[in-house]
Amino acid sequence: MVVESTPGFETQDLLINVGPQHPSTHGVFRMVLEVDGEIVKDLVPHIGYLHRGAEKLCENNDFRQGVGYMDRTEYLASHNAELSYVMAVEALAELEVPERAQWIRMILCELNRLSSHFMFLGAFGVDVGVFGTPFIYAWREREAIIDLFEEISGDRMMYAYFRAGGLAWEVPGNFEERVREVLVSTRQGMKDFDNLLTRNEIFLARTKNVGIISAEDAVELGMSGPTLRASGVSLDIRKAEPYMYYDQIDFDVPVGTNGDVFDRYLVRLKEMEQSVHIIEQCLARLDDGPIMPERMPRMLRLPEDQEIYVRTEAPRGEYGIYLVSKGGNKPWRLKVRSACLSNLQALKKMSVGQYVADAIIILGSIDIVLSEVDR
Amino acid sequence: MSNGIYGIEIAWLDAVIRLHIIVGLMTVVVMGLIYVERKILARFQQRLGPTRTGPAGLLQSVADGLKLVGKEDLRPRNADPWTFELAPYMVFIPVFLGFVIVPFAFGMQVRILELGLIYFVATSSLGIIGWVMAGWGSDNRYAMIGGMRAAAQGISYELPLVLSLISVAMVSESYNLNDIVLSQSTYPNLLWQPLVLVIFIIAGLAELNRTPFDIPVGESEVVGGPFVEYSGIRWSFFFLAEYAALFIMGLIFAAVFMGGWAWPLGEELGRGWQILLVTIKTSLFIFLVFWIRASVPRLRIDQLMSFSWKILLPLAFLQVLINGAVLVYEAPLWILTITGMLGIVVLVRLIERAVRPQPVTNESTVSIGNESVS
Repeated sequence: MVVESTPGFETQDLLINVGPQHPSTHGVFRMVLEVDGEIVKDLVPHIGYLHRGAEKLCENNDFRQGVGYMDRTEYLASHNAELSYVMAVEALAELEVPERAQWIRMILCELNRLSSHFMFLGAFGVDVGVFGTPFIYAWREREAIIDLFEEISGDRMMYAYFRAGGLAWEVPGNFEERVREVLVSTRQGMKDFDNLLTRNEIFLARTKNVGIISAEDAVELGMSGPTLRASGVSLDIRKAEPYMYYDQIDFDVPVGTNGDVFDRYLVRLKEMEQSVHIIEQCLARLDDGPIMPERMPRMLRLPEDQEIYVRTEAPRGEYGIYLVSKGGNKPWRLKVRSACLSNLQALKKMSVGQYVADAIIILGSIDIVLSEVDR
Repeated sequence: MSNGIYGIEIAWLDAVIRLHIIVGLMTVVVMGLIYVERKILARFQQRLGPTRTGPAGLLQSVADGLKLVGKEDLRPRNADPWTFELAPYMVFIPVFLGFVIVPFAFGMQVRILELGLIYFVATSSLGIIGWVMAGWGSDNRYAMIGGMRAAAQGISYELPLVLSLISVAMVSESYNLNDIVLSQSTYPNLLWQPLVLVIFIIAGLAELNRTPFDIPVGESEVVGGPFVEYSGIRWSFFFLAEYAALFIMGLIFAAVFMGGWAWPLGEELGRGWQILLVTIKTSLFIFLVFWIRASVPRLRIDQLMSFSWKILLPLAFLQVLINGAVLVYEAPLWILTITGMLGIVVLVRLIERAVRPQPVTNESTVSIGNESVS
């Protein structure tokens, strides 16, 4: 919408700097908006404010210590980030992970997906403009899950609980009981969100047909996770290349049709139902047994000149680890394939031509974690 | 009115004293409102709200006020000094001018004006100038966008608000708030004007910049809009004005639609009862505003504008026309009730049609999925 200016009267588009200190940039993200009135004409994202060199740090730390750095790349879903890393190491070291450890890993990863999606729902509600209510709802449910993680690993964030080969230690005795308890409150929380937002007229007006990205564009930009599935591409690594025991589990992959902000919201909400379903099946299959392989070397060393790429389905999409080993107890090179970084590429495509207020919720709907983007 | 509260016969002195009492009272009321809002929002969000400052956190607003007074009064270097520093008063003064005509009980107002409603609308729309000044003078782009949004919103929602008040004035056959209240001693106006009541509440929310119309100050977009550069006492003036405006809107709501101090117990009551009645009715409106704030998202600026011009304004005009027809031909008033109810149904249908986006055929989407969410 360009207004024709009268001769001799020049108008200029306004540049607005959003972030890194802005309440809605979800961390230290910065974008420069070029606006004509309320319409976004151009958007330039700036990243790198949280770059810590996590990949380089991993090269100087052995495979036990590396887990801690992985936690910090994806602090809202640390278990999922650890999983890719330990799976890469296990594949190179040819370690057989005991069955019980696998089931517990699956439960923890799905729980972490729930807590991460709750975080999204809460923050997204605030982006759309509800005063705090969804945020507190989300916090309440997330608290229950985080409490459980604290009982297991001792930490509320940065759990460092997975080890190459299995788990750091056995879960508490009342683990199953506590997980079931958490699932009850999670179900209620999802219902609350459904009632609060999904059919709210204003919410629909704000989110439907906003920030549409087509399936082709989404695939071309390398998007993954719920953001990709909302555009109608049914790609879930848990289904496409099952790892752990996901092939023995029955679950659906929710897919959107329109690829707009609302679909991204709804896909996540539906995905949470599936996660609860998965956890229940895992609990039924959970048996007694060891949590580490019997013959575990004191110092884990990888064979020489090996490389591997392992990808898993983290809450935000494909979280991949590319690991090159030249022998020894440390990776020679480690590269994190961040889902958030790829998803963020679509921000400009989605936002240009929309309103300023839309650009904010589009950013929110991508659900980025800046520490994963910058690493 | 001839003898004032203290029996002072000099008219202007009497008015000055009344004005002072009201300004003092309002400051206390605003503090109370802030406390109540925080408590109510906390209940909606399963929190406790303020509990530590004083008994049950009652002194929280006082503590906040003291903190604000103690803060440094900052002005950005490139800000326009006059515009920037005058803006808070330009927002604050019109709101408090509105209190001149508000009736708390029989005879308890600063002045009874024959054109009271018109006066109220005139003063309340003056505040927009202050918002634009704050937005322009701050030399901040967020503030400027916020100020422009405030101007657009204020102008668009002024019209439905005025029309809704006019149609009530038609039924009550007066612009004088005292007469309007007295005319409702048996039946309150909301009985005859249900549609206008809804329009008034919606336009009132927009006028107050409250959720879902808090677009000028949208925290998540323009980070507080025109207020973004203000600190300390100047910022608290904006805050004071905002809550005072909320209170005055509640009082107008009570007087114009709910029969003020006259309905339902008649006009012969003592002053205490009258004040209690007005307080209850005002609280109802204020609670509604807080409730809405806790539960709905924010609209977008274009949706807001089209909602006002395409839905609220035509319906308000229609109501004025129907009112005119009914009153001129002296038809029974219950016809207005029926048309008003029908009007609400039409309004809801129109909102559904206008606000809910039309499905866009997105041809490029290839759905390979095994389950569709929409």
